[in-house]
Amino acid sequence: MSLYYLQKVLYELNRDPGLQDKFRVDKAAVLAGYKLDEEEIEAVKKPDIGLLYILGVNGQILMHYAAMCGYTWPRYIQAMRDALAEHGNVRAGLYVTTDGKGAI
Amino acid sequence: MSLVFAGVCSHGPGITGRSAMADPDDVATLYAAMDGMREALQASRPDALLVIAAEHFANFFMNNMPAYCIGMGEEYEGPIEDPEWLGVPRTLVPGAPDLSRRIIERTLQEVDVAYAQEWKFDHGIMVPLHFLTPRYDLPIIPVNINCQGPPLTPLHRAWTFGQALRKACEAVPERIALVGTGGISHWPATPDSGRINAAWDREFLERWAANDREGLLAYTDEQTYFDAGQGGFEIRTYIAVAGATEGCTAKVHYYRPIPIFAVGCTVGIVNLEAQA
Ligand SMILES: [Fe+2]
Repeated sequence: MSLYYLQKVLYELNRDPGLQDKFRVDKAAVLAGYKLDEEEIEAVKKPDIGLLYILGVNGQILMHYAAMCGYTWPRYIQAMRDALAEHGNVRAGLYVTTDGKGAI
Repeated sequence: MSLVFAGVCSHGPGITGRSAMADPDDVATLYAAMDGMREALQASRPDALLVIAAEHFANFFMNNMPAYCIGMGEEYEGPIEDPEWLGVPRTLVPGAPDLSRRIIERTLQEVDVAYAQEWKFDHGIMVPLHFLTPRYDLPIIPVNINCQGPPLTPLHRAWTFGQALRKACEAVPERIALVGTGGISHWPATPDSGRINAAWDREFLERWAANDREGLLAYTDEQTYFDAGQGGFEIRTYIAVAGATEGCTAKVHYYRPIPIFAVGCTVGIVNLEAQA
């Protein structure tokens, strides 16, 4: 229920190697600085890239976060497709899918 | 002195990061077109390069989102992304703070642009620079138009912003090159990545190459989102270049939809001598 802060923590992680180091050591401590609900916290920690997509995280923020988490391109795209099948369409934001099939 | 070069190109992270997954002919022809752009840029003997980008949350977020921002840093670091993922090593790019300050001052006469002395580059600037200034030896002035976090600046303001940048370039003694990078139609960072509306792109590029102000400003975000995806909002960077080169036609040297690069890959150069 706090998409703004969910995107904010990912935005700050994506651009700050120092914060990335802290996050790798203690995820909960970093996430405590943001107003997040349980579902969001778990999705970031896991990471559940597909669920983050469904929650409405801007695709550009999520793409960079997936790369930070070591996702290859096909695995990242597949995570979003699997989540669409599991959860239904994106709940908020600009990155609502069209048909989810894409071209690749 | 003046604007000595202007052009547009794509910046999709796949262009460098996923080249091994692409058809070799797509890679070879696109890279050759980017090499051609670099040669034309070098031949113009610029003192600095203004890159009009549409960044992807490398510096700006919805806590304080500028519609327009110009960098005024000594140097810039990039990419923010995992360098291996992007296929571009992390590096420092030289800035031109004094020139930036003069360009910002002049641009402020027309547009209330923000400025930033700290700025990290994402793929939106690093991918073009990887081809255009591969030794990172040309001072860069990053310029951003918010194309990611709505509300977005209207297209006619992007045109006006381009005009203001042009006046700023004319007002300084340095030789300035200008490159806009963005879209065109694409659904990047979605499960539909790879979807490209080539007919829409070609129509847009026709208007861009003709410096057709009316045609370029006729797009609405609602229709663009439908026809060209959220990536289509990045047409603002091309429109700003068209505004900066008002009255000049351009040539599209390369356009090819390359799904694994998630975008219709484009290279266009403005003929600064040609009247539209
Ligand atoms: Fe982009």
